Amino acid sequence: MVEVQELTKVFKDKKRGVVRAADKVSFRCQPGQVYGLLGVNGAGKTTTLRILAAILQPTSGTARIAGHDLATEPEKVRASVGFLSTATALYDRLTAREFVEYFGRLNGLESGPLRERVDSLFAMLDMNEFRDRRCGKLSTGMKQKVSIARALVHNPPVMIFDEPTLGLDVLTARTIVQFIRSCREQGKAVIFSSHVMSEVEKLCDVIAIIHDGRILAEGTLPQLREYTKLSDLEDVFVKVVEGRP
Amino acid sequence: MNFRALGIVYRKELRDLLRDRRTIISMVVGPIIIMPLLSAGIGTLMVHQIHKAMTETSQAMIIGGDDSPKTLDALHKLDNFEFQPSSPDYQQMISEKKIGAVVEIPPGFDAAIQNGTPATVKIYDYQGEIKSETAADGLRNFFQDLRDSTVHERLRQHNLPLDLIKPFDVETSNVAPPEKVSGNILGSIIAYMILMTCLGASIYPGMDLTAGEKERGTMETLLCAPVPRICLALGKCLVVLTVSLTTMGLMFVSGGITLATALGKGGQFARESGLAMSLNLHSLAAVFVVMMPMALLFASLVVTIGLFARSMKEAQSYIQPLMILMIMPMMVSMMPGLELDYGLALVPVVNVSLLSKEILSGTYHWNYIAVIFGSSCVYAAAALGLAVAMFKRESVIFRA
Repeated sequence: MVEVQELTKVFKDKKRGVVRAADKVSFRCQPGQVYGLLGVNGAGKTTTLRILAAILQPTSGTARIAGHDLATEPEKVRASVGFLSTATALYDRLTAREFVEYFGRLNGLESGPLRERVDSLFAMLDMNEFRDRRCGKLSTGMKQKVSIARALVHNPPVMIFDEPTLGLDVLTARTIVQFIRSCREQGKAVIFSSHVMSEVEKLCDVIAIIHDGRILAEGTLPQLREYTKLSDLEDVFVKVVEGRP
Repeated sequence: MNFRALGIVYRKELRDLLRDRRTIISMVVGPIIIMPLLSAGIGTLMVHQIHKAMTETSQAMIIGGDDSPKTLDALHKLDNFEFQPSSPDYQQMISEKKIGAVVEIPPGFDAAIQNGTPATVKIYDYQGEIKSETAADGLRNFFQDLRDSTVHERLRQHNLPLDLIKPFDVETSNVAPPEKVSGNILGSIIAYMILMTCLGASIYPGMDLTAGEKERGTMETLLCAPVPRICLALGKCLVVLTVSLTTMGLMFVSGGITLATALGKGGQFARESGLAMSLNLHSLAAVFVVMMPMALLFASLVVTIGLFARSMKEAQSYIQPLMILMIMPMMVSMMPGLELDYGLALVPVVNVSLLSKEILSGTYHWNYIAVIFGSSCVYAAAALGLAVAMFKRESVIFRA
């Protein structure tokens, strides 16, 4: 479903010079699987996920998302992906319904099916109470639900979550975690990035430890424990990043 | 080009922008309420002040002339003049606007007139100050009349005809219709105001849809959509263009009504200033059409700058130099003696400024209109291309 091959992103930074934000990143994520990218801030998670969502272009390497080539079919890739991060904000002056409908239309949905889809999503996420309220007037939890509805409106087979719980309170973060689980149950391929060990431990079927743009280790949690001979994920992470066994 | 996506982006951006009170204020309240109020208010105030200065009693002072009672007596009989007692600090009094003007009469002035000896009368005033200039004009007219009557008297005494000192007359006849004369004056001001409105109206929406979107974090959300970047950039530019043209249209309507009221039949301003201008719907429509590519050029430039900026605040600091850069060519229409030629017809902003002035004064140079409209379209297309190119650059969109 998601096949990433030696994805590399190099850019120039005034202070840091030439930066390899993603360095030959390769992995596969199957339908019904949650693939976790675990790394500290600046490890290259966001850059990798933005490339996979066809928001950024890779310097080299490629990926196939739901059968579409990232380099040659970026729009089809975007249509196959639901991308959610704390950086994907809402239009404060649109209502929740208008916002979700806007992205539904941009994803090519016609009026009839779009209305049905929006009604079904709003019912599923318990959003009908604030469907006609402007996004600027919503609470953080409500906003997250609107973002989820926006990412799901075109029913994409691949979901990408870039640190989706960053800065959220426990209850709102819990909603997100439940939503990611439901995506897995629906058979979607889910790529999830975080630096919160507990979330990764709870959610991910496969974990990749990323540092300085490179995937240093990959496997299921038992495999990583076996590899490092450590049981705690935090210890595993530190050993991989610092010790590089 | 995905026109369906372009339409969706355009409608959403327009709706989003129109829900912002600041857009409504800059688009509607400015041109419909503030501009007419300002122009009518300033116009009325100017007329009032000029009228007041011309009709009220001028304060003046006479220096010397003690041995010229005849001249002094005639001066004191002047209407609308009140003479203050002579004082040595008269120059300071003029500077402090305590008096308008001072006349210095040389010793033995009456006798000099009688004997035919040359003499010089000095008038002191404060140039640029209307009350002072009015007082000085009154005094100057008095002494010109006195000189003329002295010359006539001398000719009469020598039995010489008056034609001796005036062998022929020179008459200047104006062939321009009154509306063209006033249109030329007003056209230059109106052309400047239209261009300023056109640019000014683009600034807030242009920044809000680009730098504002980055600042609010919605740019990344938008980039997730499966829509070509060209559609997103064009949609934004077209919305800014729409707001700019709407503002300009509203200003045309409200400004037209204001001018018609101020300068129309029996208008006080028209009567008192001597200006008459027939507001021609065709010329206003023609200027609006000429301005369209210019509005697109401004919209695209503001969008480009807004895209480059990381925040609204940063965008504002980048827009200021653009404003300063544009004001000079916009003011070209107000420069006396500068006429359109094929060289200037290719200079952006300058060309439209001069052409609008020509059109508003009722002159249609079709060759220039074609060259200017064509070149403006090329510049607008280039600016639009630049905006699209900027939207495609990751280093610009994700500039941190």
